[in-house]
Amino acid sequence: MLSVQNLSVSYGQSNVIPDMSFSAAAGEILGIVGRNGMGKSTLFRALIGMLPSRGGRILLKDREITRDAPHQRVGHGVAFVPQGRMIFPYLTVYENLISGVRGKVSEEAVNEIYALFPVLRDMKKRKGGNLSGGQQQQLAIGRALMTNPSVLLLDEPTEGIQPSIIKDISRSLREIRDMKNLTIVVSEQVLSFVLDTCDSIKVIDRGRLIREDRRADVDAEQIKAMLAV
Amino acid sequence: MFSQYTTEELYNIFLMQCFSGLSLFSVLLLMGLGLALIFGQMGVINMAHGEFMALGAYTVYFCSSMTEQYAPSLGPYYFVFAIGIAFAICALVGALVEFLMIRHLYHRPLDTLLATWGLSLIMQQTYRSLFGAREVTPTLPDWLMGSFNIKEGLDIPINGVFVLCLALAVTLVLMVFMYKSKFGLRLRATVQNRKMSGAVGINTGKVDRLAFSLGCGIAGIAGAAFTTIGSTGPDSGSRYIVDAFLVVVFGGAANLLGSVASAFGIAQAQSILEFFLDGTKGKVATLLVIVIALMFRPQGLFPSKVRGH
Repeated sequence: MLSVQNLSVSYGQSNVIPDMSFSAAAGEILGIVGRNGMGKSTLFRALIGMLPSRGGRILLKDREITRDAPHQRVGHGVAFVPQGRMIFPYLTVYENLISGVRGKVSEEAVNEIYALFPVLRDMKKRKGGNLSGGQQQQLAIGRALMTNPSVLLLDEPTEGIQPSIIKDISRSLREIRDMKNLTIVVSEQVLSFVLDTCDSIKVIDRGRLIREDRRADVDAEQIKAMLAV
Repeated sequence: MFSQYTTEELYNIFLMQCFSGLSLFSVLLLMGLGLALIFGQMGVINMAHGEFMALGAYTVYFCSSMTEQYAPSLGPYYFVFAIGIAFAICALVGALVEFLMIRHLYHRPLDTLLATWGLSLIMQQTYRSLFGAREVTPTLPDWLMGSFNIKEGLDIPINGVFVLCLALAVTLVLMVFMYKSKFGLRLRATVQNRKMSGAVGINTGKVDRLAFSLGCGIAGIAGAAFTTIGSTGPDSGSRYIVDAFLVVVFGGAANLLGSVASAFGIAQAQSILEFFLDGTKGKVATLLVIVIALMFRPQGLFPSKVRGH
C-alpha cells in the first residue's frame, strides 16, 4: 500500500533522514517509535509533502507521489493528523470536518465520523479552538478520515491527551482499520499506546530505522530502554 | 461660528452630512471589503488596490463612451451592465497579477509592498496614457440623477442611495459567499493555517488566486460606485488607499463585519467633522481617535477569539 524507498530529508545542511526504506501493507497499523528529535515528525511531514524530499521515492499503491503537492497526495489517498492536531480554530467542528472534502459533502460520511466520535456530533457548531485537547484530536482524526484515505498518518496522537481518551483513540483506530481496511502509520513515544494499537513496530533513531518487530514478538523492556533518554 | 444658521438649518445640515457620510461609507466599505480579503485574509499588502478601483471607474467611463457612440438606446441600462463588466475586468486583471507577481512574494510583506506600489505607478501611468491626465466622468442614466426631497431644506441624492444599496448588497453577497460556500470555507481554513490546509486536501494556490481576484473585482465595483459621486483621474484610487487600509486595520484584519462597522465609523466621523471643524482638522481628529483605539485594541474593533489551539 505505502512504500518508502531510500527516502532522504534535510533541513538546510542537516540531513535529518539520510536513507530510509519501509513499507506498510493494506490494513496494517504500523507504529514508529522513537525519542524526541529522532526524525519522526520530519518523516511524516515528508510523507504528506509539507517538507520536500532530497532523494528517494514514496509510492502509494505503486503510484509515485514523491513530487506531488500535499493536496494532490490527499487526493491520491493519503491523510495526515499532525502533532499538536492543528485543527482550524475559528472553523466550527462541522466545517473542520468538511474542509478538505472535494465535490459534494456526503452527510452519510459525516455521520460515520459522528458515530466514531459521538462528542463531535454534540459539538458540531462549536469552534474547533474551543474544544479540549482530546476532542481536538478526535476532530483531527475525523477531518483526515473525511477525505476517504487509504493511508492514514498520525504524528504523536497521544501528545497532551489524558489517559482515558488515549484508550478511546486506540480503540477507534483499530475500529477504523477494521471497517475500511485502512493502512495506518502512527509515530509515538508512549509505548503502551503503540503496543495496544499497532500490528508491527519500528524504532527510529537519528533518522534511521534500527529495529522492527511484529506486535507478538515485541520485547517491551528492550524498546523501553531504547526510548529512555 | 454657526450664528448665521437657524437651529433647524443646522439640524438639516447635520442630516445631510450624515447622508454624505453614508456615500463615503459605501465607497470605503467596497474598498475595505476587497482589501479585507486581500490584506485581512491573505496578508498581502496591496498598494495597487486603489488603482483597481480606478480601473473599475475607467471601465464604467469606457462603457459609457461606447454606449453613447454605438448604442445610445441602451443609455438608461448600460450602467448596471457596466458594474458587472468592471467587476469582471478587475477580477481578471487581479488573477493575472496574482499569477505573475503576487504568488512569488507570499510571506515577503516588504517585497510585496514595494512590488504592488510599483504596480500602482504603472497602472496610473497606463490610465494617463489611455485616458489623459484630466479627470473624466461617465454619463449617468437619468434615473440616477436628482434627489428625494424628504422635507423643506433636506434633499437626499438618488445616486447616493443607489451606491449605498449597492455596497450593502455586495456586503451581503460576500458574507454569504464567505460563510456558506465551499470556497469561503477553504479560504477561511487557508487563512488560519496555510500548511495544514494543503495537508487536508485544499489547493491553497487556487484559493489564493481566487481570493485576490475576488478582492480586486470588489475594488472594481467600488470604482463603478465611485463614478456616481465623483470624477475619475489617474490618481483617484490612491486617494482612497490609506482610508481603505484604515478600515481593515481598525475593524480587525480578519473580520468582515469589523470592516463594515469601521467603514461606517470612519466615514461618518470624517463627513460630520469636516463640516463642523474643517477638512484637515476633521481627518486629524478621526485619525487620532483610531490611533488611541488601536493602542487599547491592537487587534482592531472585532478580533476573533477562541480558547486556544
